[in-house]
Amino acid sequence: MSEPKDTVPVDDSMAKEFIRVATQSSPRSRFSPLEWISGLPKSSRMVLGLALLSFLYVLPWLKWLPLLPTTGSDFSTVLTTAVVPYVLIALGLNVVVGQAGLLDLGYVGFFAIGAYTMGVLTTKHAHWSGILWFAALVVSVAVAAMMGVLLGLPVLRLRGDYLAIVTLGFGEIIRIVAKNTSWLGAAEGISGIPSMPSFLWFKIGILEARWLWTIGLSVILLVIFALSLLERSRVGRAWTAIREDEDAAELMGVPTFKFKLLAFCIGAAIGSLGGVFYTTRNSAIYENQFAIQQSILFLAAVVLGGLGNRYGAVLGGFLVAYLPERLRFLSDKRFFAFGMVLVFMMIFRPQGLLPRRTKARTASNSAVSTKSSADAAVGGAS
Amino acid sequence: MLAAVFDFKNFVDTFWQNAIDGISLGAVYALVALGYTLVYGVLRLINFANSEVFMLGTFGSVIAMAIMGKNTNSAAFSGFGIVGAFGLMLVLSLLFSGGAAVALEFLAYRPLRKRKAPRLVFLISAIGASLVMSSGVERFGPKKNESYAISRVWTGTQKVVVRVGSGEIRVRNLIVIFGSLLMMFALTTYVSKTRFGKGMRAVAQDSETAQILGVNTDQIIVVTFVLGGLMAGAAAFLYMVQYQVTDYGVGFLLGVKSFTAAVLGGIGNLRGALLGGFLLGLLQNMGAGLFGGKWSDVVAFVVLVGVLMFRPSGLLGESLGRARA
Repeated sequence: MSEPKDTVPVDDSMAKEFIRVATQSSPRSRFSPLEWISGLPKSSRMVLGLALLSFLYVLPWLKWLPLLPTTGSDFSTVLTTAVVPYVLIALGLNVVVGQAGLLDLGYVGFFAIGAYTMGVLTTKHAHWSGILWFAALVVSVAVAAMMGVLLGLPVLRLRGDYLAIVTLGFGEIIRIVAKNTSWLGAAEGISGIPSMPSFLWFKIGILEARWLWTIGLSVILLVIFALSLLERSRVGRAWTAIREDEDAAELMGVPTFKFKLLAFCIGAAIGSLGGVFYTTRNSAIYENQFAIQQSILFLAAVVLGGLGNRYGAVLGGFLVAYLPERLRFLSDKRFFAFGMVLVFMMIFRPQGLLPRRTKARTASNSAVSTKSSADAAVGGAS
Repeated sequence: MLAAVFDFKNFVDTFWQNAIDGISLGAVYALVALGYTLVYGVLRLINFANSEVFMLGTFGSVIAMAIMGKNTNSAAFSGFGIVGAFGLMLVLSLLFSGGAAVALEFLAYRPLRKRKAPRLVFLISAIGASLVMSSGVERFGPKKNESYAISRVWTGTQKVVVRVGSGEIRVRNLIVIFGSLLMMFALTTYVSKTRFGKGMRAVAQDSETAQILGVNTDQIIVVTFVLGGLMAGAAAFLYMVQYQVTDYGVGFLLGVKSFTAAVLGGIGNLRGALLGGFLLGLLQNMGAGLFGGKWSDVVAFVVLVGVLMFRPSGLLGESLGRARA
């Protein structure tokens, strides 16, 4: 808009430029591995994807790998205690913040709801084990989704910073309620939670965290798949519209409140999945694990990875869970280092490691759609 | 059922004491809230790290006591020593908090503003800076993971001045309440009377127009951070006079509550921050009397949620630009 032109442009170059500026996608001049992969023929991409998937599935068994496994603590323990919950949480929070644009600082509340429901069902007031473990998982997710709607109903009338601070308040309220309710174990929390049922021929004891990784990874992949379907549906487009301009979306006939509520609900469900795995692996939960600082760390994970990009969220969740373990040689200075990383990251790469890929919706949609399917195939790359 | 939830007897018994303690706590909230509200008013930015700025301020007081060679067991000061000790504590607290706020602006926020980053990016940067400050004190301080206590500067702070009902107003309550009122008065005068204050209000109203009309916005923003930091420093000093103990995590919850106070009164509104601070401190302690101490934080947040539901702009409305003071 800065250059006034005398003639009306016939070609759409100006419109294209406007779209580029408006969507703020950087001009792709440098070599990018993702670009390279999406340029490959489909069969090669399939092979690459499959190789990556199998690599991820056998990851806990690969202790001999250089660099990757953590030195101070058991690698498979790190993968299951930290990485699975964090990745799930980052995925869920990405729906709320990254896609629908609702800044939720109390997301840890849903994590807590999932964890506590699991604790209550498997240990505190019932002993669901074996195949019932999966029933407990489903119930936990359902409870969290319901809570997401219940909390969303009053809260989602607010916008922006007010929404942030109110969700922060609710997150803290959930923690304090857990702390002060003896039915939920009060300050001592719930301990002695069975780590995982021995299920059919899988012996998933506390020493065999690897099979839990298998289940966790499968759940993560399922969630990614479901979210990718959702993003390309009416729902995903509605979220994008709300994120970009809520008033405009409302005027265009998008029932914004309904879709915001849906985002909250889905986000809560995925966050509680994180809580379920966290509880199962940690065998003890208490209120302090669900403090607001955790919420902040979750948000940091999503922003670090790239807000609005599923794979970015996965990467961010992985890094936030994995780096403090990998950096154990920094011992107790690692949160200090992490804070520095966040500040510098925001200055030099605020869009995150894997930024959102804005797809310009033009008349020639075919090229765009092949590109997005390439995205899906490259999926595991992060 | 009702008696199980409400404890009316306790509420009545502790009413006056809770009111007095609530107002003193509210004074601290109000001062920290002023920092949030100033920065928000001028920049539309939640300065999330303001809580850690406050935390560093409390360590200013701790270091002041260490310089004076007083540890927790040594006797208190007397005579002019009291004034000197309080003075050094205050100066170091102000220095630490003010310095931290300015450093924050230059290192974390200004580079982002130059790049016109979206608001969420500022928030994450602030979170990173908070982590650096709190874990820095936690890990590089002399006592790892422990709290730092200072001795009473003056035994007179414990003296009961007057009894109101069943409550006792002590000297330290008066110091905290009048100290904070004084700081607030100074701040409102500064913002309404001086050149920089006018500049701040201009930038708050419309930063682009202010810039066009010759206001040096960068300078004004630094001044805003300095003022917010000084308020947090004064709050830290008063906090140490009242409670005498601090640790690396002291800022977080207090910061969240102070922000709550700012929103309660109407963010961006100086008088609102004041009102919100006192009101929140009072309500929280009253709630503690009614429901039991462990629910006091819940009361604070429920109040916030309630206010935002029914009056989203806060009690006095949000605006630094339009406010006369």
